[in-house]
Amino acid sequence: MASVFAYAPAPESRSVVDIAPSYGLFIDGEFVEAADGKVFKTVSPSTEEVLSEIAQAGEADVDRAVQAARKAFEKWSALPGSERAKYLFRIARIIQERSRELAVLETLDNGKPIKETRDADLPLVAAHFFYYAGWADKLDHAGFGANPRPLGVAGQVIPWNFPLLMLAWKIAPALATGNTVVLKPAETTPLSALFFADICRQAGLPKGVVNILPGYGGAGAALVVHPDVNKVAFTGSTAVGKEIARTVAGTPKKVTLELGGKGANIVFDDAPLDQAVEGIVNGIFFNQGQVCCAGSRLLVQESIQDELLESLKRRLSTLRLGDPLDKNTDIGAINSEEQLTRITSLVEQGEAEGAERWSPACELPESGYWFAPTLFTNVTQAHTVARDEIFGPVLSVLTFRTPDEAVAKANNTPYGLSAGIWTEKGSRILAVANKLRAGVVWSNTFNKFDPTSPFGGYKESGFGREGGRHGLEAYLDV
Amino acid sequence: MPSSALTAAHPLKDVTSSDSALRRFLHGLPGVDAVGLEGRAASLGTRSIKTTAKAFAIDLAISMVDLTTLEGADTPGKVRALGAKAVRPDPTDRTAPTTAAVCVYPDMVAVAKEAVAGSGVKVASVATAFPAGRAPLTVKLADVREAVAAGADEIDMVIDRGAFLAGRYLKVYDEITAVKEACGTSARLKVIFETGELSTYDNIRRASWLGMLAGADFIKTSTGKVAVNATPANTLLMLEAVRDFRAQTGIQVGVKPAGGIRTSKDAIKFLVLVNETAGEDWLDNHWFRFGASSLLNDLLMQRQKLATGRYSGPDYVTVD
Repeated sequence: MASVFAYAPAPESRSVVDIAPSYGLFIDGEFVEAADGKVFKTVSPSTEEVLSEIAQAGEADVDRAVQAARKAFEKWSALPGSERAKYLFRIARIIQERSRELAVLETLDNGKPIKETRDADLPLVAAHFFYYAGWADKLDHAGFGANPRPLGVAGQVIPWNFPLLMLAWKIAPALATGNTVVLKPAETTPLSALFFADICRQAGLPKGVVNILPGYGGAGAALVVHPDVNKVAFTGSTAVGKEIARTVAGTPKKVTLELGGKGANIVFDDAPLDQAVEGIVNGIFFNQGQVCCAGSRLLVQESIQDELLESLKRRLSTLRLGDPLDKNTDIGAINSEEQLTRITSLVEQGEAEGAERWSPACELPESGYWFAPTLFTNVTQAHTVARDEIFGPVLSVLTFRTPDEAVAKANNTPYGLSAGIWTEKGSRILAVANKLRAGVVWSNTFNKFDPTSPFGGYKESGFGREGGRHGLEAYLDV
Repeated sequence: MPSSALTAAHPLKDVTSSDSALRRFLHGLPGVDAVGLEGRAASLGTRSIKTTAKAFAIDLAISMVDLTTLEGADTPGKVRALGAKAVRPDPTDRTAPTTAAVCVYPDMVAVAKEAVAGSGVKVASVATAFPAGRAPLTVKLADVREAVAAGADEIDMVIDRGAFLAGRYLKVYDEITAVKEACGTSARLKVIFETGELSTYDNIRRASWLGMLAGADFIKTSTGKVAVNATPANTLLMLEAVRDFRAQTGIQVGVKPAGGIRTSKDAIKFLVLVNETAGEDWLDNHWFRFGASSLLNDLLMQRQKLATGRYSGPDYVTVD
């Protein structure tokens, strides 16, 4: 893209983060080898550079970690809430102090732009710890009765799209309510969780309260079935979520699942158009579309379809794709080769089914995993790209004629995690929001998160809520 | 009645046929969501402009400055000093570009014209009973004609905010077209909305379209004489308006944020807004200006820093 005003590269320095050549599992306050000595490599998706070699947890390690958490639970749950709060506040402050380091690390390991890790992920991570630190000594007043009790050991499995943020969503409420934790980060993004383990030590958190087990699905499965795990919290794909639900059915374990989505972003003809275009871009291209609550289905009122699409295409042409460590990059790398393959195949299927594919002129870097921002027009409810979660920078555009049709189409999905409404008419926002079967409905904005606001799904998007006062319930015996 | 700036063949000619048609059109423009608009402006403000891009932006910003003196105490001496600075902003470095224009009251146009003669620097004049605009139309038009006759290349007019806020859009439209006519073919017209007094973003978008329909060559945020002047958000909004207006009519209109822009860092953020909203067609001083005098010295100091690697100080640039 030759322009008279070509921004010179503005790379964030890598020197603020010191990645060791290898990392162990974090069990009972120590970094240890895996029992069977297995390791795996984590790579930077934007360059395919190997960042570090990580111990790979197996069943025996899961057992060790759960035992450590069980032992730590006795003391941790007996602490007054105000004492637990002190640790959480300390962790929150250390995250703030080390936020530049963690932002760079997350960008290296995940591939998302530094702009997002710096301005979205890390501030939210710290905010979650601060928020739940505030609840730790007020649980009696959370509306779950007097003196609600923790559940015990929480087994938590998190995805690769927001590695540190998902960790914060899981660990902060668990610790605030007096539970102890065994957490398995995703195999493609284990580093920030291991840095978090170091932060726990820095904060003087008692041994065994937090245990981190990098590994593959097998370790996650072992954690879910472990008889001494009292609570399972999972964020990830719907397929795995269903398997977990089957596994724990009939056991006394409590479960929360945050699964896939196919969010509808509904633009009415009286919408603030320029801001709607920004919201659409933010809804689907934030984190390369690898967001479970992404607004991946654009439902636009037919009367403004042409105008809106023209604006959207012009706006997409200004997106800057490339080195995620460059502070001016808007679109970074896809997290893994596997994910890139999945996106590519779904997009090819969309084309084969007759949807019209469009991408801005955009050069992709030669190494790493990249996918250009993509629009599909002439999409109908019958197309795969309107039904399946693509989890990539791919937007399907559908049209509607009346508010009722918009609601019917928005709800016509097996998922129900998020939706967006764009209109200048307040009464329409309220009327439509009430009819949408989605856990979060944004109006005149999209992808806004706050620790005080509960988040979760309907239907195949899972159950339970994270964040806010509601997020405490999942970790309390109520 | 003055003739309309829009020709009979103009696609938007009909919307100015009556007060109610004009109101329907202006109120039918897409609304502005304040939170989203300010969020977008803030996010563009995080662009990191370094090295060659920064050097380019600083020179571009210097070339877009309308160097201004609008004081009751203005004298020929003051105006001549301003003209000299516009022609040669940095006496120690002749490679620094000239500013776009000097902006003075109508009675100083002739002095300014002489001061910048032969340099390519334009002379702009704030006519139409600046800054309040509270004078009869005949007085405003006389003000404009005097300035044009004295050689002004550009006229900065203020709109009647009272009429606008009272919903008398056609009156505002007619005034602008009358002033445009008084400008003749020799002077370009900048229409100042005083966005701080229009108060809402919806009003600013409507005023932008109203100004453009009436034939403004430039739309300008403010006089610099009220509390809220140019902001990244209201400038972004006006850039969207000129972009959309060109898409609909083929007519390109310039944008001038004025007041409150003091640092190079701020100026560069505005250039990023231009680049990513209206596009590079607006990235020169025929289509974008800064109404900001104190900005110039900061740009010059930053320019010296890039050239020498060291910060100079206020004594290394001229006071005026």
